[in-house]
This record gives sequence, structure tokens and C-alpha cells, in this order.
Amino acid sequence: MRVALFVTCLVDQFFAQAGVASVRLLRSLGVDVEFPRGQTCCGQPAFNAGHWDEARAMALHTLEVFEGYDYVVLPSGSCASMLRVHYPELFKGRGPASRKAMALSARTYELSQFIVRVLGVEELGQGLAGRRLAYHYGCHALRELGVEDEPVRLLKNAGAEIVPWAEDRECCGFGGLFSVKMPVVSVAMADRKLDGLPEAEALVSTDAGCLMHLVGRMARRGIGVPVRHLAELLWEARQGQGAGQTEGMRHA
Amino acid sequence: MPERIKDFPRASASLIEDHPEVREAVYRATLHFDQNRAKAYAEVPVEAWRDYARDVKAHLLSRLADYLEKAEARLKENGAEVLWADGPEDAHRILAEIVERHGVRRVVKAKSMLTEELGVNAFLEARGLEVYETDLGEFIIQLAKEPPSHIVGPAIHKSLDQVRRLFHEHLGTPTDAEPEALAKAARAFLRERFLTAELGISGANFLVAETGTIALVENEGNIRLTTSVPRVHVAFVGIEKLLPRFDDLAVFLQLLARAATGQPIGTFVSLIQGPKKDDPDGPEALYVVLVDNGRTAALADDEAWEVLRCIRCGACLNVCPVYRQVGGHPYGFVYSGPIGEILAPHFLGVEGAYPLYNASTLCGACGEVCPVRIPIPKLILTWRHRAVDSGLTAPAEPQLIRAYTETMRRPAAYRLASKALRLLPSALASERLPVVRAWTRYRAGLTPSPRPFHELWEELEDERKNANP
Repeated sequence: MRVALFVTCLVDQFFAQAGVASVRLLRSLGVDVEFPRGQTCCGQPAFNAGHWDEARAMALHTLEVFEGYDYVVLPSGSCASMLRVHYPELFKGRGPASRKAMALSARTYELSQFIVRVLGVEELGQGLAGRRLAYHYGCHALRELGVEDEPVRLLKNAGAEIVPWAEDRECCGFGGLFSVKMPVVSVAMADRKLDGLPEAEALVSTDAGCLMHLVGRMARRGIGVPVRHLAELLWEARQGQGAGQTEGMRHA
Repeated sequence: MPERIKDFPRASASLIEDHPEVREAVYRATLHFDQNRAKAYAEVPVEAWRDYARDVKAHLLSRLADYLEKAEARLKENGAEVLWADGPEDAHRILAEIVERHGVRRVVKAKSMLTEELGVNAFLEARGLEVYETDLGEFIIQLAKEPPSHIVGPAIHKSLDQVRRLFHEHLGTPTDAEPEALAKAARAFLRERFLTAELGISGANFLVAETGTIALVENEGNIRLTTSVPRVHVAFVGIEKLLPRFDDLAVFLQLLARAATGQPIGTFVSLIQGPKKDDPDGPEALYVVLVDNGRTAALADDEAWEVLRCIRCGACLNVCPVYRQVGGHPYGFVYSGPIGEILAPHFLGVEGAYPLYNASTLCGACGEVCPVRIPIPKLILTWRHRAVDSGLTAPAEPQLIRAYTETMRRPAAYRLASKALRLLPSALASERLPVVRAWTRYRAGLTPSPRPFHELWEELEDERKNANP
């Protein structure tokens, strides 16, 4: 089984340790993950802003980079959704590119989704015993990709307590270029979400875009809760089990 | 109107910054509506109902001309007069004739978004007629001289104190009157208008083609009075409001109420089958005005016609995180929220509606609750794409997007940009760039990881080799 990590440009640039954690985590589960060097950005910001020609150019590049892998795994719900849901639409009726987009779509998974649905693993270890975490459900993971309880299940099974948060499924207000086109509405949405944030050791999500926006707003408002990418927490969960163990879950 | 639409970014920001009480009132009301909707959806096989409703509307729209002819024939058999209006001018001319013919001086109105589209109140008032909105929410905003801010709850942006002040000023109620007393005062005031008005104007929630039945849903009884007490009833019906069969009402009436307010069905459902015949009550004349106002053109739009399935329940407004912060007024258009974003360009063109379709994070919540499964986020994307094709963007946006694309198409360029970002970290804090300014004015600046992941990969490879020598 050939598995490629699409680390995504935001994780690459702003949450590099989440990329490192993704690799270590997948390796510890017996996945010999590869990192195709040509990868850049999936093109989502351009697509969502209506610049479809440019989005297509970036998507074509991405289709090429990830050709030939059995699975493409992303530590991001939103970018995974771009590949899974929007690439096929973007190339509809466009011959070979359309076929490639469909093929990539079927092989694309968000990290926690890949672990639970493809690897069939729900117990990573007990590395999060006693940790109190708040989880932000990114909209695209939740509504486009159908990732719902996979992240939380993995966290809970590792001993974490997910604190009740009435606004946990509310949009954080990031929305790509929306965050700079309508910044006041964008941060009003973040504030509404953050006003209800309960006491927690960390705010966790699988989407770097949401986290960037939330961490920026929290810093401005002086909210001291650390913000962590899901991949890092899942790797910590695993370490409670002994890092690097493969436990016979190696997939051929 | 388009000028106000262009102003959305500023109007929404000023509402948030200067009118926290509006934001609070809207947030509470929409949350309440949406929680009730969620409960009401959960009680029934709602996914099957939504499929059914989508399919019935899709079928109807695929042979709309046939169903309109059928509806017209049935309405005439029922004794109604049927008139056709292309847009506001036709609607005004028709109304003027009816007013003339029946000697109308006083009009009572049931809540109708279509009459908002057509500017009915302003037209009648300009001709010297008295016009009274009889839905309590509509009555409140009529006193305040404001347009509705929500399809179903037109006055949800008003606080109790604001309503107290309005009623004190106009109806003489005490400034600390309880809501019950306020409703009573409105009731007493409106009752006299119902009894003396010559004309009642309503919209229609549905018009059944098979039977010519006009279906109206409400909670206050004011629609029943509007359509039965005055001598004349005029119903304005958007041509997309048809349903093929009477039986379709069974699903649509329940689905509409559940989606809109979380009720199993509206408190009052009126099924109007023509003017007074041998009955003691009812209007002597019933006029049904079938209104196009851009709908035929929307239907011919292969990529964006699905918005015509809309039954005006407001569920997408209630769940929209953008609408929840600002309410309907900053949108500057009759319809606000997600549905307004995809209706406005059909009425005003892609340019006239700019930038309403940008007022979304594409969170997808609207699509998830829509009772007729309009793919709202997809249609928002479609309009954004058309806007870009028409050159409607922020000033430097196309150049920025092109530069970003050229960088991302070339891994070497991407890696170079990645290095530059770390050599010049102040680039992300440069207040000279509007994009950066828009970010850092409200949020802390971005800090890149000390080294990007792609520079750490070699070390991860060594780690692997050392673990499996």
C-alpha cells in the first residue's frame, strides 16, 4: 500500500510539527508514508473565491504530484474536502483530468478518517489520560467530508476528556479570503464561538485555517488556551503506548 | 437598492461595532428558531420528506408552463380572476385598476415577501391609500418604517424596549407595557382596520395547480381575517409557488412549518378555493396575480435555477453564522442570508448583487437544513465564479491570485517563497498590504514555523532509517 502525505501549505508553513506528528503517527501504525516533494497548495483559496481557472491550474499540478498512490492523507479537513468533493466538480467534462480527479477523490482522506476508516484503528494508546480538551469541528470536515466523530473518538479512546462546548460545531469565521474581505464579521463569528469556550488544556482541530484564525483572535483578546493541531494530540496519544511500535498493523 | 448592497461589508461591520443590541436580538431569535427546527426535523423521517419536496419542486419547474395553465384554468373555474405580472410595473398597474374598480381607500395586508419585492406598500401609499400590515412583526417594522430583516420573523432584530417605545409613540401604551399588553394594543388597533378595509392583500405559500387552491400558513389569524373580511382579496403568487397536486400539501405544509419555526404545522392553515359563493363570509372578488419578476429567466439558468425550489422558510437564515451576527438589514436586499445571496443575482444581475455572495464562509450549514435541498453553498460558489469572470473582485485580487497560483504551480518557486517568508518575517506584518492589514487589525499576526515541514522531511527519513536499519 502506497500512502502519500499531502501536508498542505498551511501545515507546512505554520504548523510544521503537525506534519511531523502525522508522519510519526502513521509510521507507528505501520504505514510507510511517503512525502511527494512536488506538493504545494491544493488551490482551495482560489476556488472558494471564484477564481476557478487558477484553482484548476493548481489542482492539475496536485493531480500530477499524487498520481499512483493508493491513498492520499491530509492533516486537514478542508483541503481533503477540496480534493474529495471539489476536484471532480472542477474538472467535470474535462476528459483525462476528470478521470484523474475522480480517482484522486476516491483515494483522499483526512488523517483521523484514514486512521479509523481505512486502517480500522480506534485505539491509539493512552497518552492523553486525564487531558481536558475542547474540540472545534471544522465545517468542511463535518459537512462536506462527513468526518464527524472520528477525531473525538480517537481522542477519547486515548483517555482525553472532551469538554462540552455548545458552539463546538459553529463556524469559526475563517472562510479563507472571507477572513480578510469581511474581517469584522469574521472575528465576530470567532468571538461568538470563543465566548462559550469552556476551561480546557487546549483547543484542538484538524483544520489549520480555523486554528490560525482562532489563535490570532485569542491572542488579540488575551485568551490563554493553547491551540493544537489534532495530529499532534493523536501522536501524543500514541506515545502513551510506546512510540514507534507497529503492533502487527502493517498494511502490505 | 444595489448601492446599499455594495455597502454590505461596511454596513455589517458598523452593525456589529455600533449596535450590539441588534446582534444580540438576532442571535437569540435565530438560535431559538434553529433549535426548534432541529427538534421538529428529528421527529419525522425528514430526509425522505426533503427528497420528496426537492423532487416535486424539480418536476414542477421542469413543466412550469403546463402547470401554470392548469392553475389558471382551475382558478377561473373557482371564480377567481387571474392576472399576470411580469414585474413591479405590471403589479402596480393591476393594483391601481382594482383599487379604482372597487373604490378602495383602506388596505390590510398579510405578510408577503413577494409584495416586498414589488414595492406594493410604497405604491399604494403614494396613491393616498391607507395600508396596514397585520402580522405583528410586520406591523412593528411598519411603525418603525423599516423593511423586514427576516423572511419569517420580520422584526427579530428589535428588542422588547424598542417595541415598547414604538407602541408608546404610536398606540399610546405605557413605556413599560408587557408583551401581552403590547399584542393586545396591536390587536385592538388592527381589528378596527380589518373591519373597515375594502381590500385585503396576501401572498401565497402554495398554489395547487390541480385544484386552484391557495394555501396560506400563519400563527396569528391575521391572514384569515385579511383574506375573508374585506370585500376584495388580491393574492400575489410567485410562479414558482405552484404545487402539482393537492396531496403534495400534506408534505409541504408540515415541512414548511418544521423548517421555519419547528412547529408540526402552522397554527392556521387557510385553503382558499375562490371568492364567496353561498357562504356568509368571504370576499366578493378574488384576484390572483401570478408574478414572474425574474423567475422565468432564473429557470433558464442551467447552473443556478435550483434556487427556485425555495419555499421561503428562513431556515438557512437561522442557521447561517454570518446572518446571525448581523441580521437582514446590512444585506440591503428584500431577501437576506444565504438564500438572499443566491436570489439577489437573479433579480439584479451578478454585478448588482455584488458582493452579497461573498458574505459566506461556505460553512455548509444552510445546505444541511434546506427543506427542499437547494445546494446553497454550491450556488454561492457559482455566483462567485461568475463575478470573477465579470471582473468583479477587490482591486488587487486578480494579481494576487495569479501570483499565488504561479508560485504554487512550481515547487521550486514555492520553496523559494517559503524561504523568503522566514528571511523576511515582517512581510506577514507589513501594514502596507491591505490583506495583511485586514488580518492584523483584528487578530495577532501570523508566525511561521521556524522551519517548514518540507525542510524537516529529510530528518524524518533519517529517523525511519535509524529505526529500521
